[in-house]
Amino acid sequence: MTSKTERRNRPALSLHVPEPDARPGDAVDFSRVVIPAAGSAARPDINVSPAETHPLCYTLVRVLDDEAKAVGPWDPRLDPETLRRMLRDMAMVRIFDERMFRAQRQGKTSFYMKSLGEEAVAVAAAHALDRDDMCFPTYRQQGLLIARDYPLAEMMCQIYSNKGDKLKGRQLPIMYSDREKGFFSISGNLATQYPQAVGWAMASAIKGDSRIAAGWIGDGATAEGDFHNAVTFAGVYRAPVILNVVNNQWAISTFCGIAGGDLTTFAARAVGYGIAGLRVDGNDALAVYAATRWAADRARSNLGPTLIELFTYRVEGHSTSDDPSVYRPLNAGASWPLGDPIARLKAHLIGLGEWDEARHKALEEALGAEVRAAQKEAEKQGTLGSGHYEDVDSMFADVFADLPWHLAEQRDAAKAEKARGK
Amino acid sequence: MIEALNSAHDVMMARDPDMVVFGEDVGYFGGVFRVTANLQKKYGKTRVFDAPIAEGGIVGAAIGMALYGLKPVAEIQFADYIYPGFDQIFSEAGRIRYRTAGEWSVPMVIRSPYGGGIFGGQTHSQSPEAFFAHMPGIKTVIPSNPYDAKGLLIAAIEDPDPVVFFEPKRIYNGPFEGFYERPVTPWAKHPAAEVPEDYYTVPIGKAAVARAGEAVTILAYGTMVHVAIATAEAEGVDAEVIDLRTIVPVDIAAIETSVKKTGRCVVLHEATRTAGFGAELAALVQERCFYHLEAPVERVTGYDTPYPHSMEWTYFPGPARLGPALRKVLED
Repeated sequence: MTSKTERRNRPALSLHVPEPDARPGDAVDFSRVVIPAAGSAARPDINVSPAETHPLCYTLVRVLDDEAKAVGPWDPRLDPETLRRMLRDMAMVRIFDERMFRAQRQGKTSFYMKSLGEEAVAVAAAHALDRDDMCFPTYRQQGLLIARDYPLAEMMCQIYSNKGDKLKGRQLPIMYSDREKGFFSISGNLATQYPQAVGWAMASAIKGDSRIAAGWIGDGATAEGDFHNAVTFAGVYRAPVILNVVNNQWAISTFCGIAGGDLTTFAARAVGYGIAGLRVDGNDALAVYAATRWAADRARSNLGPTLIELFTYRVEGHSTSDDPSVYRPLNAGASWPLGDPIARLKAHLIGLGEWDEARHKALEEALGAEVRAAQKEAEKQGTLGSGHYEDVDSMFADVFADLPWHLAEQRDAAKAEKARGK
Repeated sequence: MIEALNSAHDVMMARDPDMVVFGEDVGYFGGVFRVTANLQKKYGKTRVFDAPIAEGGIVGAAIGMALYGLKPVAEIQFADYIYPGFDQIFSEAGRIRYRTAGEWSVPMVIRSPYGGGIFGGQTHSQSPEAFFAHMPGIKTVIPSNPYDAKGLLIAAIEDPDPVVFFEPKRIYNGPFEGFYERPVTPWAKHPAAEVPEDYYTVPIGKAAVARAGEAVTILAYGTMVHVAIATAEAEGVDAEVIDLRTIVPVDIAAIETSVKKTGRCVVLHEATRTAGFGAELAALVQERCFYHLEAPVERVTGYDTPYPHSMEWTYFPGPARLGPALRKVLED
């Protein structure tokens, strides 16, 4: 026990509440963001022990340098065809996002979420995984579906909750689901998909399958108990899973410091759980591809899970319901020191002599036309504003495989209520 | 009853190579109540294994396994510990079929010992069934004897939807009539203790008439079925005791048939009173049998307090609480 005098001489305790570096009205300030040189991170063998990945959790795996040249041990040495396909998919995500954002503003749907600036996170991962690997995404990985050639009109019908929506108008826009594309239904309850991804991977291992799972989570949702649940289970059972943390710096209005990202990195959490960790430049499609491939190879070789922090920036608001100008400086994304993922991959391809401005312009025009055609097709089946999905019978279906008596009664009552009219 | 539940696991693991069992202490040790004893030895540790103490992780991983195509049967060591898994049950397991329009479903069973009567204190005695009854997409099953326990668990394992399976731990080793001062009776003498070794099912959603009678209907499940029968006999009341066995979907036809016949109804459960499942039962009876009722529906339940350790028998809705309620509905 300390004496009364000693106690008197102690300083008053104070609570630390983290604050971001800049607020509205302040100059954009990314001076605290340390950017290691491209190619400087070591690339260990896939059978590295998790503890030895510790240094990789505090640096950034980067492949594309400032001149958009691929450098260092993580260069995945992709052929130009694959590079062009990744560029195409990323450009498609951006054009699709822009179009659907506008559709929301036009009253055709209630809600939309863009992934501007984060396109490499999902697209490059999709290319590094096998088509039948199972994805447990968040709401900002629409790039997975686009890279896996999911029909754009199907996505739009879901966004519109229209007659063509295969989810029957039950889910908030962009909460897609597609079993055939290995894209698990998105939940609005954050982090729930993370232990599910681990459970799926455990099942694959139990059955002696060769498919692996990949989960995504945002920096903010790593604070959820389900993050801890997932990494604990993944580590304990060495589940064949890739656990991606998309650190786009913002959880709606809350900067990543409130999720515990101020004095450490999200990647560093891996090592404490006995998991290999990598911290990756999320705006560098080649680095994302290489890291995902490395993690996939580990998982497929029964070497266990890998946690990958994808360091990026949410350039737009959280969703159509958000206005970031009230909590951070305007246009902060334009100064993000890791640049724009599409511009970087495009410059890389041009540097290789495999692409040029004219081809890029033609690509964007072709993608724009494709998106407009899909939109026209989707809108034939209605929008949320006009001709949304409406079917009382279906509203009561799929709660259970069979319809129990109480739901049948409620369905009949709902139908009678509807028949009586207003 | 423990052997019956163990046998249900054994029978189904032998029949279905996709069935896996996991939970806290269920592997090598065989579970704190021995329900999963010897299963790891027989089926191997990739099909029967211990889980970290993380109920949210247990349920979340079970969902992922079910999505893959396995049939997970997860144990939550005590129902009192199920709450960290609540989000995964309520927001995920119960809704995945609906939100994917049938593209995915999560056939899985979450088993958990529940209820009081073993001096478990606040954290080993709770009856949280009403929370699960309130969840769309979740079936909730509560057996009251060894025969039903095995048949219902097999039915739950075969069910295409997630099932929460509460096992009244006070009756694991013998029926309990609520007369706590009397010696414990083993299952051996009970007619429902005769459990076939092989596969059989007891259908989910079907109640049983545990005691036929004419004067009053007692709606009960789990341990309370035994309390109801014993109290009726001690009071000399010709009560009809309906063992609901499943609370969602509840067997409304069985309830209606009995209450319309007797014209009187007492609802009995161990869980806390306010917004307990008894409130739902009382409302259903009122909606459907009002013109047949001779007296208001009575609810006999636990109190709206945490389950107190030393005053367990003051809390427990035994014969001392049920008896007067029966007399009251018969006098009205």
